[in-house]
Amino acid sequence: MMAFFEIGLGHYLALAAVLFTIGIFGIFLNRKNVIIILMSIELMLLAVNINLIAFSAFMNDLVGQIFALFVLTVAAGEAAIGLAIIVIYFRNRGTIEVEDINLMKG
Amino acid sequence: MILQGLTFYVFAAIAVAAGVMVVSARNPVHSVLFLILTFFTTAALFVLIGAEFLAMVLVVVYVGAVAVLFMFVVMMLDINFVEMREGFLQYMPIGVLVGIILLVELLMVLGTASMSPEVLATGTEPIPDIAHRQNTAAIGDVIYTKYIYLFQAAGMILLIAMVGAIVLTLRQRPGVKKQNIAEQVSRRREDSVELKKVQPGQGI
Repeated sequence: MMAFFEIGLGHYLALAAVLFTIGIFGIFLNRKNVIIILMSIELMLLAVNINLIAFSAFMNDLVGQIFALFVLTVAAGEAAIGLAIIVIYFRNRGTIEVEDINLMKG
Repeated sequence: MILQGLTFYVFAAIAVAAGVMVVSARNPVHSVLFLILTFFTTAALFVLIGAEFLAMVLVVVYVGAVAVLFMFVVMMLDINFVEMREGFLQYMPIGVLVGIILLVELLMVLGTASMSPEVLATGTEPIPDIAHRQNTAAIGDVIYTKYIYLFQAAGMILLIAMVGAIVLTLRQRPGVKKQNIAEQVSRRREDSVELKKVQPGQGI
């Protein structure tokens, strides 16, 4: 019973794996809504951050936390650019359905 | 120890449930709110594991900036979200299949992997004792010395992202009346007032 409450590296990695899978699942489920797809990507990046921080804590190495900080930076930039692209796409086409976005297929 | 374990399980359950709601909520505004809940609970888990600075950064950056940005975009764009959900059930089976396969694969890797004790000695920046040096100060010690160039590069990435977002969304609309202060200030008397010699009985 005590082992159940003993939180180790595996617990955090399992949580990160579940969150990552939910992110992938969300991309499959919401094939039309690009905003939810972006949110799913944020979930996946969060799962990666959980992994990095769990390894950092259980391996007693600070570099993992610093790397998570950089991942956070890039994720924030990615969200800003992605949403800006969505806004201008909506302004030009009046829709953001992913299946309509096929202009570049040629 | 039991309290710590219990806290982990409660917050992990909330995070997973909120994550499921993010991808399955009917209304995108609810999705954003559940995303915020996920970030908050994950921040709590970070505190639990001793990464206070990252937890606070997560709350400030994600909840304070990214989630609010999502909220703005969701509410600003006039989108028919009911139409968006067409094909939701159509993609469900393949999504569930891929998700389960991926999860089983990840957990299988997790179940078989084990860390060798030698790996623990290979860390380059050991975490100092919390009573001696706090987490934020310890991160500062490392990031401003050894990783200063990468830190600067991260700043450049944020700057470029900001410039890119502004350039993308900026637009000049024709036919909008705006005040041009430079034009107003540089206006001279000769440009606007003209004396005309008017002959009596003729007009201009």
